[in-house]
Amino acid sequence: MIFITTILKEVMTMYNYLITLTGKLRNNGERAKRPFRVIMEKEIADHVSSWRFIILIAIIALTCMGSLYTALSNISQAVKPNDPEGSFFFLKLFTITDGTMPSFTVFISFLGPLLGIGLGFDAINSEHNRGTLSRVLSQPIHRDYIINAKFAAALFVISVMLLSLGIMVMGAGLVTIGIPPTAEEFMRMVFFILLSILYVAFWLNMSILFSVLFRQPATAALSAIAVWLFFSVFYPLIVNLITRSMEPAATASPQQLMAFEQFHLTLMRVMPNQLFSEATTTLMMPSVRSLGPLTMEQMIGAIPGPLPLGQSILLVWPQVTGLMAGTIVSFVIAYILFMRREIRSR
Amino acid sequence: MAGNIIELTGLTRRYGQFTAVDNLNLNIKKGEIFGLLGPNGAGKSTTILMILGLTEPDEGRVTVCGLDPTASPVEVKRRVGYLPEEVGFYDDLTGLENLVYTACLNGMTRNAARENATLLLERVGLADHGNKKTGKYSRGMRQRLGLADVLIKEPEVIILDEPTLGIDPAGVREFLDLIAELSHEQKITVLFSSHHLHQVQQVCDRVGLFVGGKLLAVGDIKDLASQLFGEDPYTIEVGISSTGKTEPETIKKDEVIKALSQIDGVKSVREEKGRLLAACSTDLTDEIVHAVMNSDLRLVSLNMKSYGLDDIYYHYFEGGDDHV
Repeated sequence: MIFITTILKEVMTMYNYLITLTGKLRNNGERAKRPFRVIMEKEIADHVSSWRFIILIAIIALTCMGSLYTALSNISQAVKPNDPEGSFFFLKLFTITDGTMPSFTVFISFLGPLLGIGLGFDAINSEHNRGTLSRVLSQPIHRDYIINAKFAAALFVISVMLLSLGIMVMGAGLVTIGIPPTAEEFMRMVFFILLSILYVAFWLNMSILFSVLFRQPATAALSAIAVWLFFSVFYPLIVNLITRSMEPAATASPQQLMAFEQFHLTLMRVMPNQLFSEATTTLMMPSVRSLGPLTMEQMIGAIPGPLPLGQSILLVWPQVTGLMAGTIVSFVIAYILFMRREIRSR
Repeated sequence: MAGNIIELTGLTRRYGQFTAVDNLNLNIKKGEIFGLLGPNGAGKSTTILMILGLTEPDEGRVTVCGLDPTASPVEVKRRVGYLPEEVGFYDDLTGLENLVYTACLNGMTRNAARENATLLLERVGLADHGNKKTGKYSRGMRQRLGLADVLIKEPEVIILDEPTLGIDPAGVREFLDLIAELSHEQKITVLFSSHHLHQVQQVCDRVGLFVGGKLLAVGDIKDLASQLFGEDPYTIEVGISSTGKTEPETIKKDEVIKALSQIDGVKSVREEKGRLLAACSTDLTDEIVHAVMNSDLRLVSLNMKSYGLDDIYYHYFEGGDDHV
């Protein structure tokens, strides 16, 4: 929680500062800013005006439009009688697909890492290579301001971007299908976007960690992409290899089958993308009741129906915690490495 | 001690087995220009990093403006401006924007920062280039912008690490004059590291000679010469060659060396590139000539050396390792 507390502390001190300074504005109404804010503002400006960010946002906006288009052209087929999710018509915008184009949620889980890696892989090492790090560090600021501000700025940019994308998709859906979302649907979408921000923050932190570890931005970017590819392509293959060799016979006892399923799931849940997709599925499809195997015993007597929002969130809480833990662990490692490093020029 | 703005006592910094800075004691007075002179890898940069609190010393104490940089780095960095070796700027920002950014980090408002930055750009001679991106700056312009960047926080002390590296001679001269001028005008203490003796001599009030992590001598240039060569200010260079007789030259040479060493007042005799160098406390030319004449060798040349700055340099940085 180090970074969250730091940021909160920063916000609090900024707030206090603001209060003490109210009325004491300088000549033309301008106030000196706190160094943390100065760095953050510069980082945000850098991100927003960089080609990299424009390219990333273009890719993501295009895929969003694509998925929205397929969702809209297939939405009429998605409405079935007696559907337990019938009352969550609007959410289908984010999840349905005709099989040719992945849905919005799948796109986010695929492109989110790219966004996070893209904004973080040269955070520290490029400053070092340009020789600006030692110059900035010799200003009266604490060393952790730099890494905190860089993280906060990238997170801010990502949040604004994902929030506006999500709201734009909602708006486009609203205009096209003409059915407004219910309050619960809206809340679910907000939670989905928050979850996506958390997911992208995980990859952002990992790439910041690599930017502290490696002096060359290209190496850092490649290693971060390697981790991403490993988790999205190779890791599931490896898990399948392992579990296939352990697969119990068809005649095995239910307990054995259950234990095997649980084991398989546990292995899969090491992947951040698995955690994210489980969490989004539950949030966006309210009829999902469990993310693990259920016995017939547990199913008997259950009336198919959507879960209330609170229950859905409760169901994905472990996943959310896991993602948060991953994010914090990589930030802490990056933070410690950065604080201990001796900064020489170039 | 009053009047000292930087005090280093027993400062030591090790990297594994290697001792970069070894038990360094140094005081720098307020308002002076101090040159830290030493070859590459002598520990100058490490010392500077410790003064700034960017690296922690293993032993010893640093006091800057009465503050301990390890305990209150931010306060120290508020008072000390640092121009790193090979200073870097954000290439996609203009010179002015780079300065404004630094000023804002020092708690200035944006408008005040802009005003100060414009004034400073004029001062360092970059007024016409303030709106050019720093990526297009030449090496000399970058250094001058670096100086402006250091000055914008209105520091009490400025530390320049190899500021003249890679600038052409005319540029160096201009740059050093600028430093001296600014220091005298605004009463700023300047600590300036370099391995160029002549540049240090040009502007510095006092010089510290720094080799292998140790401070060998401190003082103005005159003091340095007497500190380093005080015992043997004269060196007489004797060129000899054999007279062509059968005996091998080397044996003869050894004899001459022995003879020279026995002269009263000769401190040491060594051979260098076929010539003998005798270090003496007074002018012993006559005695030496006699000694050579008495041997079977022919005296080819005779030269008395007095020490200049170059000798200080070579004595310590190149030939004088045994002295350390």
